Amino acid sequence: MNEIALIFRALLRNKVGAILISLQIALTLTIMVNAVFMMQERHAQMQRPSGLDEANLFYLSNTIFATDYNQEVALRDDLELLRNTPGVVDAIQINAIPLSGGGWSMGLQTEPGENQSSAGVAVYMVDDHAIHTLGLELLSGENFAETDIQWRESGTTRWPAKTIVTQAMAKELYPDDWQSALGKTVYISQTQPIQIIGIVRALQAPWNGWNGVERSMLVPYQMETSNSRYMIRTEPGRRDELMPIIEKALAQSNKGRIIRGLRTMEETRERSYRGHNAVNKILTTVVFTLTLITGFGIVGLAMFSINRRTKQIGTRRALGASRSQIMGYFLIENLMITTLGVVIGSAGAIGLNIWLVNTFTLSPINPVLVVIGIACIYLVGLLAVLYPARKAANISPAIATRTA
Amino acid sequence: MFFYYLRMAKISMVKHWGLSLLMILAIGLGIGAAMTTITVNYMMSANPIPHKSNQLFNVQLDSWDVNEPYFDDGRPPAQLTYRDAMALMDARKAMRQTVQSQANAVIEPEGDDSIPFQVSARANSADFFTMFDVPFIYGGPWTRQADESKEQVVVINSEINQRVFGGENSVGQTLKIAGFYYKVVGVIDYWNPLPRFYDISTGAFNETEEIFVPFSMIAEEKINRSGNTNCWKPSGDGFEAFLNSECVWTQFWVELPDNQAWQEYNDFLTAYVQQQKAIGRFERPLNNRLLNVMQWLESMEVVEDDAVMMMAMSLMFLLVCLLNTVGLLLAKFLGKSGEIGIRQALGASRRDLFYQYLVESGCIGVAGGLLGLLFAYLGLQGIDSLYGEMTRGLTELDATLVLSAIALAILSSLAAGLYPTWQASKVQPSQQLKSQ
Repeated sequence: MNEIALIFRALLRNKVGAILISLQIALTLTIMVNAVFMMQERHAQMQRPSGLDEANLFYLSNTIFATDYNQEVALRDDLELLRNTPGVVDAIQINAIPLSGGGWSMGLQTEPGENQSSAGVAVYMVDDHAIHTLGLELLSGENFAETDIQWRESGTTRWPAKTIVTQAMAKELYPDDWQSALGKTVYISQTQPIQIIGIVRALQAPWNGWNGVERSMLVPYQMETSNSRYMIRTEPGRRDELMPIIEKALAQSNKGRIIRGLRTMEETRERSYRGHNAVNKILTTVVFTLTLITGFGIVGLAMFSINRRTKQIGTRRALGASRSQIMGYFLIENLMITTLGVVIGSAGAIGLNIWLVNTFTLSPINPVLVVIGIACIYLVGLLAVLYPARKAANISPAIATRTA
Repeated sequence: MFFYYLRMAKISMVKHWGLSLLMILAIGLGIGAAMTTITVNYMMSANPIPHKSNQLFNVQLDSWDVNEPYFDDGRPPAQLTYRDAMALMDARKAMRQTVQSQANAVIEPEGDDSIPFQVSARANSADFFTMFDVPFIYGGPWTRQADESKEQVVVINSEINQRVFGGENSVGQTLKIAGFYYKVVGVIDYWNPLPRFYDISTGAFNETEEIFVPFSMIAEEKINRSGNTNCWKPSGDGFEAFLNSECVWTQFWVELPDNQAWQEYNDFLTAYVQQQKAIGRFERPLNNRLLNVMQWLESMEVVEDDAVMMMAMSLMFLLVCLLNTVGLLLAKFLGKSGEIGIRQALGASRRDLFYQYLVESGCIGVAGGLLGLLFAYLGLQGIDSLYGEMTRGLTELDATLVLSAIALAILSSLAAGLYPTWQASKVQPSQQLKSQ
């Protein structure tokens, strides 16, 4: 105990150096904890399942320019061609692609009328092959029948009579018991009734940043549009081989349109989360270099203080101090400095988090993370001071007898 | 003396090479990280049209649902309804005005073996080109007359001109777009304002469009509009009903030469909304905005949160690196107390000593700054490869940035060196000499 007080008093004689390194440790902890927290949040977002069989799906755009183009017939022909191509599991026309960033949203409400609250939902216009093509899991209820599928003329504001919603959407409408949503009639576009005939486990909306990204609905529509998309599911492992074949087959089967924008679902996911991925990589680099710099800073300062005190250390050794006592001295000194840094740093970490929460609407930090951060800092401090401390311990007592 | 001190600094840095390297590296990394993120922020918040950004104004009217605001913070919708845009257009109360929307189309070049291809398009008014200073290689904008008589005219960019007409002067030629024939009136040169202020509804850093056609082509259903559409009230069936609906999907800009014109136009907008209120529209409180380019970009928050967050992080990172340098310099200079004592005894004034060690700190700063530039360059390359085309044009260092990087490095290392230098020059010579 006596020794600790001694070390503390010795430290006070060189306050500024100790405070500087403490501040550095404090800032490192502040940044480290918040950066890891931000990375965790992004990582969690990226882990949410889209509900799709992503590995085997790709899509393309069908842009019609010919003026004498019978869309209804051409769509039937295209789907027939796609579904009969060897290696293709199934295919549909769809109005929007999950996670792609562009889509259509509506509101659903349990009571009709203009001033009722409604829940936002992403709309996917598809036919009865959608569940099979996308690889969705039907939790309860049933799929659309072939007779449910209607032809949607462009510009119409009418909606079909049936819909399939995701579990998250059912929960949003009926928070007490999502299963009770099955068979219920809800209202779209404020007043039009639409009946929930099925519930699927998951199907993400096109917007990954939307807090309702799990809320989607399928409606049985085939669309009249000069710019439509086909989503195609292939047998496992055959996607890349089939993409150029299908592009060519479609382009040749009808010259009044352009087939373009072929893209896999995997690429769409990568693009959708590219910003998240990039931020995470940058933050990792920042945390890593920061820790290194702080570590080396501790090493550098300790080395210098040992060099300056060479003679003192030699004298202590000559007076009977053991090597481990010398080492202990520097380890304890470092521990004190680190502790000061950690105390300031914990406050800083929480302060920065509060600022981030207020400015960027992030969620508050998990305290466990601060504890882990503190443990890391202590470890780094210990590792950094180990080499200088050993060097100090190895100073020969004979030094004391020499003049400076 | 300066060069002598420079030599002394070199000797000192070489003698403690490990420590010097650590300091240079720390400053370099700090500057590199700070410059990387500052560059991205600087580019995102750049003024895309500096010489007239104070004369161009975006018009916002609050035609939204009385029950809930468009933006949570009460800002009006970012776009206008078709009917309001047309009413403002017909009134022609500003010096110049343009209504516009994003669109897309398929071009079918002449010749049997040519392949049709899709282009990005903008449907806008004649004034668009003059207002936004669009540079032309051949020809020029279409006339207001062409707008009114719904002529099928087109302005194309140089890439399309190259692709379809082989780069020749194509003014007067016809081009088949989405099944209709248009007369080429102008070919524009490379034009790429960043942010693309005139329409940020589909992304503030997108490229400019490949072709431009009169806005009336949308209502004529000769071209497909695209872009962002937001509705709060169901509209009836058909395109006519959509045009008359409360959906917002057009952008409206005016050019107003001075404050008085701004005031008059603002009054005109107020009068327009009051008159619409009288017929039962615009149920929300009066909430018009007439913002110039920079105000507009700021209110739409085009600088992304991620970028701001990264910048905050990297500035803290720089601070850590500087604290590191202060600590190490302090240790280094105090380690030289003996040397300093002798110099003082031999007649060096405190000023001389201060100057000498400041030169040494400065050297470390310059070296760190140069290294920082290299790191910033690498960092920007890294951001490019991580984000791909999403950061197009946002990761280029220009002269201003390079100079400010070096200035930042020298300033911060001088600041870091100030305290240690002062401490060093305060050494008492008598004490040092006694202990020798």
